Amino acid sequence: MTWLAVGLTCAGCYSLKVAGLLVPPRLLEGRRTALVIRYLPIALLTSLVVTQAFSTRSALVVDARAAGLAAAALTLLLRAPLALALAAAVVVTALVRLA
Amino acid sequence: MSFGALAVSAGLSLWQACALSLLAFTGASQFALVGVLGAGGGVAAGVAPALLLGVRNTLYALRVRGHLRPLPVGAAEAHLVIDESSGMAIAHERAGHARVAFFITGFAVFALWNAGTLLGALAGSHVSDPRRFGIDAAGPAVYLALVWAQVGGRRDVVVAALAAGITLVLIPVAPAGVPVLASAAAAVAVAVWSAR
Repeated sequence: MTWLAVGLTCAGCYSLKVAGLLVPPRLLEGRRTALVIRYLPIALLTSLVVTQAFSTRSALVVDARAAGLAAAALTLLLRAPLALALAAAVVVTALVRLA
Repeated sequence: MSFGALAVSAGLSLWQACALSLLAFTGASQFALVGVLGAGGGVAAGVAPALLLGVRNTLYALRVRGHLRPLPVGAAEAHLVIDESSGMAIAHERAGHARVAFFITGFAVFALWNAGTLLGALAGSHVSDPRRFGIDAAGPAVYLALVWAQVGGRRDVVVAALAAGITLVLIPVAPAGVPVLASAAAAVAVAVWSAR
């Protein structure tokens, strides 16, 4: 199951790169298409933030992860790099669970 | 390193994590796949958002293909098309070093990304209870940082807010992975509305 998902993702992601060499440029030129492609990562990644920080299977929950996420947001507000945001989230979440 | 550790804590094997970094080689898509699989989503629910995120690379390849060799050799070069390498190529176009910038950045990121994945997966597989060490907060923090880098204007914020709303509404009622996929509607809606 997992190997199937891994294989499809590898094949698909590589094909999408090569597709850029093959498609006629006109196809992706529209303003609407450009906007969808710009907004897609924002939408999907935000959704992943919400899913992984505030749910356990199909239940909405607020637990130690929320504190970790808040810590990450704070470091990002202070223009810290990704690694620092990641460390803040992990450490704060672990500390809240310890308390 | 974060990808390797996250992938292992989501239930992937070390080899699966490394295969993704070697062969898919596009961070956001890889994170999306392991995020959905870790939340209990199935193959389709995990692969679909990963591919949607990969569409970005089609645009990059289209943009920099003048600097790559023609097919079939270009097909191998295209594997290095990611945010960083394309960004550097475009930044060096005026100076005429686009191709060099593309390959230096591409190879450097490829080496670091794959070494980091291996180390992260090794470290992750030695942690018996990842929750106790707060590892489950690493995923949301990484995604948040990735979004942060991309949100500029007010409409970006609207997309993010809509996506969060869709996700919160769907989590209790839809199978795992579906809320992530459905959030793509936020991108389409705001794009259609903006392009009127």
